[in-house]
Amino acid sequence: MNIFEILGPVMVGPSSSHTAGAVRIGLITRKLLAERPVKAVIGMSGSFAATGRGHGTDRALIAGLLSMRPDDMRIPDSFAYAKEEGFEFSFEQVQLRDAHPNSALIRVIGEKGRKLTVQASFLGGGRIMVNRLDGIDVNCTCEMPTLIVHNMDQPGHVAEVTSMLSHKSVNIANMSLYRNKRGGRAVMVVETDQPIPKESIQWLEHLEGVIKVTYINVGGEL
Amino acid sequence: MAFESLMMILETCREKEIPFWEAILLDDMNERNADRQESMEQMRTLWHAMQEAADRYDGNLRSNSGFVGGAGRQMEEYVKKGDTLCGSFVGTVIAGALQMGESNACMKRIVAAPTAGACGVLPAVLVPYYKERKVSEQKILEALYTAAGIGQVIALRASIAGASGGCQAEIGTASAMAAGAMVHLQGGNEEQIAHGAAMAVKNLLGLVCDPVAGLVEVPCVKRNVAGAVIALSSADMALAGIKSRISPDQVIDAMKEVGDLMDVSLKETGRGGLAGTKEGQEMAEALE
Repeated sequence: MNIFEILGPVMVGPSSSHTAGAVRIGLITRKLLAERPVKAVIGMSGSFAATGRGHGTDRALIAGLLSMRPDDMRIPDSFAYAKEEGFEFSFEQVQLRDAHPNSALIRVIGEKGRKLTVQASFLGGGRIMVNRLDGIDVNCTCEMPTLIVHNMDQPGHVAEVTSMLSHKSVNIANMSLYRNKRGGRAVMVVETDQPIPKESIQWLEHLEGVIKVTYINVGGEL
Repeated sequence: MAFESLMMILETCREKEIPFWEAILLDDMNERNADRQESMEQMRTLWHAMQEAADRYDGNLRSNSGFVGGAGRQMEEYVKKGDTLCGSFVGTVIAGALQMGESNACMKRIVAAPTAGACGVLPAVLVPYYKERKVSEQKILEALYTAAGIGQVIALRASIAGASGGCQAEIGTASAMAAGAMVHLQGGNEEQIAHGAAMAVKNLLGLVCDPVAGLVEVPCVKRNVAGAVIALSSADMALAGIKSRISPDQVIDAMKEVGDLMDVSLKETGRGGLAGTKEGQEMAEALE
């Protein structure tokens, strides 16, 4: 760990996982949605559900969805800020199968109608992982620039993405492929050392067989 | 991080003829590819955030559960009467540790050091020392590098998470960091820093993580006091020339072993220890 992981972060208490980690989960969901949220249903499982209220986990998740960072002093009052912005939300307890014990399942709708389901969990020490996006495994920490492409499970899509990255001199740090069934829906998760240019993301979105492209680069913001 | 042990830090200090804190600063510059000024400025930002957090304590606040709040103010008022057993400086340290722990529980902004639950230990000793002894800010930053270096070694060889090592990993580590920082501030040498840290860990070895209802409140707030006061006594022993009979790195290794042997009910699960008492259980049930 570097010294500023030992001293720091500066954060709103009380828990690095259940409060600061929850803000991160909300913030990453907001980045993934890429628009202002208007409605969210948030399921909490494990110790998230058990000790969530005492740790302010609920307010922290909403704060993150409102683009607040873990050191934002408005976090305790996030419900009031959500009301001001016309953002409706509700919480429920959920049982998630095959999930990390402390997980949140966020179903959110943006102002332009974009829908997203994010399942995320705590890895400890305030670090988090996005486990599933729209029901498909992705398992990314979003600590590096991350490109998530939903596409039809057919030949050529990996080559399209990797050759584009090569063309833009973007180096791939990690890459994972998932699919729900052969010939069904597939997801590739690519973590890169450099940011990916916006026009390249847009180019990917227009490729045949590509269903959805999500790009997240939170950099030092977390 | 280049240092796998406190011994390695001491060797580097001897070889390069630099103080403990500078070995940590140079390692950070190398690790994060930062220059000296960038690193120092980042540390200064943390120090200012710690001071601000200490200033913003509000004795009227209560945590969401209602378990904690107000004790820091009670202690402060008691110290002002001038008749404490511990004396005014240690009394102020106790009040500071309670206040920061309570601020954390009440969703105020704090600096995790090394964790949110143990955030009261370092500022409890540093903030009053800075005010009363009028040392330079540079000296405090040096003390923070010293503390961070100790924390890094413990994180690598043992753990700084209650869920894996018990409270000894959180408050124990914070106390070791604070002890090292205080030895530096009082002019102790590198070896005294390591022994001060080791004695703090030894005094908190075996401490379990047993939070009532799983919340960072009971007994976490008051354990910050233990961490801060033991940091002072350990630093004073080291400055007197007293050494840990077991070498500092082996003390840290013992912390790792004790943490591994600790039952899971005593590692942040909110089941054993104080959390498992009748009252602890009743408090937890009342929240549901």
